[in-house]
Amino acid sequence: MDELKLYTYIAVFGSFAVYFGIAWWARAGSTSDFYVAGGGVTPMQNGMAIGADWMSAASFISMAGMISFLGYGGSVFLMGWTGGYVLLAMLLAPYMRKHGKFTVPEFIFDRYYSKTARVVAVICLIIASLTYIIGQMKGVGVAFSRFLEVDYDLGLYIGMFVVWVYAVLGGMKGITYTQIAQYCVLIFAYTIPAVFISLQLTGNPIPQLGLGSTLADGSGVYLLDKLDMVVTDLGFKEYTTDNMGGTVNMFAYTMSLMIGTAGLPHVIMRFFTVPSVKAARQSAGYALVFIALLYTVAPAVGAMARLNLMNTIEPAAGQNMEYSERPQWFKDWEKTGLLKYEEKNGDGKVQYTADKATNEMVKVDRDIMVLANPAIANLPNWVIALVAAGGLAAALSTAAGLLLAISSSISHDLMKGILTPDMSEKNELLAGRVVMTLSIIVAGWLGLNPPGFAAGTVALAFGLAASSIFPALMMGIFSKKMSGKAAVAGMISGIGVTMLYVFQHKGIMFYAPSSFLGDMEPNWFFGISPNAFGSVGALVNFAVAFTVLKSTGPAPAHIQQMVDNMRIPHGAGAAHDH
Amino acid sequence: MEGNATYWSENLRLIFICLAVWFVVSFGFGLLLVEPLNAIRLGGYKLGFWFAQQGSIYTFVGLVFWYTKKMNELDQKYDVEES
Repeated sequence: MDELKLYTYIAVFGSFAVYFGIAWWARAGSTSDFYVAGGGVTPMQNGMAIGADWMSAASFISMAGMISFLGYGGSVFLMGWTGGYVLLAMLLAPYMRKHGKFTVPEFIFDRYYSKTARVVAVICLIIASLTYIIGQMKGVGVAFSRFLEVDYDLGLYIGMFVVWVYAVLGGMKGITYTQIAQYCVLIFAYTIPAVFISLQLTGNPIPQLGLGSTLADGSGVYLLDKLDMVVTDLGFKEYTTDNMGGTVNMFAYTMSLMIGTAGLPHVIMRFFTVPSVKAARQSAGYALVFIALLYTVAPAVGAMARLNLMNTIEPAAGQNMEYSERPQWFKDWEKTGLLKYEEKNGDGKVQYTADKATNEMVKVDRDIMVLANPAIANLPNWVIALVAAGGLAAALSTAAGLLLAISSSISHDLMKGILTPDMSEKNELLAGRVVMTLSIIVAGWLGLNPPGFAAGTVALAFGLAASSIFPALMMGIFSKKMSGKAAVAGMISGIGVTMLYVFQHKGIMFYAPSSFLGDMEPNWFFGISPNAFGSVGALVNFAVAFTVLKSTGPAPAHIQQMVDNMRIPHGAGAAHDH
Repeated sequence: MEGNATYWSENLRLIFICLAVWFVVSFGFGLLLVEPLNAIRLGGYKLGFWFAQQGSIYTFVGLVFWYTKKMNELDQKYDVEES
């Protein structure tokens, strides 16, 4: 066994042992433990858990890679996925915590006194969460197969087993404390390589400052200027100004991600675990700090990885790398098919340009940037091992949070709330565990047989949360008069418009030939891409809800009183059932 | 519940201020005004680019903590804290 493999086994299985230990220590004894960790999580702990819950395989592996190739356009992810927490902290979390229930659909049921609303919320939640889980499961499989060289399927089974142990045993309680450990693992794994690379390139150990510094090669040129120069020389768009699809599209995209973030149930649920309204506000702040630690490093990782990649291929203008002298990481990733080279002009050297006719790097998958980054920069093996453990921590922690959101909406909202209301607490806890097990099996199956439309559905998850859940929750708190009928009409039309737009451009259920308008920019509404359409759906939701409200009359007096009560922290107890 | 109504309107005012700042740093400086701001440099960063990839995030963090602090004061002032 070589050194890298040994280190990777130690990092990965060492971290798993920690998660198991925590799972045993934090077993759930009641439904309150299972759904909201007994309500005793401190704001700092909750902030870390939210951070791990939120930062998925996509944040850890894909985001910096996307920024790497989108440049300035990648800002939509940075602003969108952090700005949502400002909305959560001010518009939703404290009031929903004050109301004190276990799940998001339960809140919607109380506020809109309607079983229909509850069922609509459960459906939105399950679709949004399942589409997310597929990505996490794939992340687990890829991390195992790349770093430990075991089968993709076997890697997935190991991942499923690990999540099963701590999620079923500990419920929200087990998940919370494991997520805290996972946050620590993933943030170390993300920042350490970034610090090394920043030091190498700029001499500044802080990546956020390194990105704005001059290069350490003594030329006195700023890193970003150099990068702009290198990419434009090869015909790519300038890194720092390349705006993805124009300003209107970036605006709508950022807004969709922000309100989608604030409307994702697995994140909102975490605010039910803290003991008070004050703690709910504070934990939003801590969560944002912990998330910002990664999100402010990501643009540095993206830019530096791009520069390193360019420099490796073309160390100086016109002096391209010989293909036969390519480094080991290049060969490793060629094996996975994520990096592809095709000799075109017969000179044996690698040309990487924006022009399709002469470009010989025919495929550079965005997802490899973070994983290959330490190797591209020649970092020591233990750093590479750490990245493997970090990627797994990010994928597992998010999967667990999503699984809990799904299983609680089934066992608590559908079974206890609608089908069998007289179920005892003990049976509900058992039902929760059974549903969790089934959800893990479904998620694993989806990971083994990812549907062809998997990539497109992440956009749909955000679109759904942005166009249905967020407006319903916000109006429920800020408009006392908002009635059940109006809210349901708003939710259905919000989702309807968003799905229609996504489907007409991407195909019904992402089956491309059925897209009746085609995935072409000229057909886009004001140039807004389907991924960015959730914000328009949200506007439709608000407009329809208020129109229906005008013609059907306000919510009954006792509901308005309940909203008044939600707005003041006084009298908040632990989250409870009835 | 006269006090509760003023508590709520003060809260709304705070939210309005915070969201105005939230909008200006991200959608304003980071997107709509990015070109003119890019003429100004912050070390190696163009300023508009910096707001889009760094500055807006730092501001968000500051905003949430400021709001939390202000709300704690407001809770005390109107005596609506949790027991």
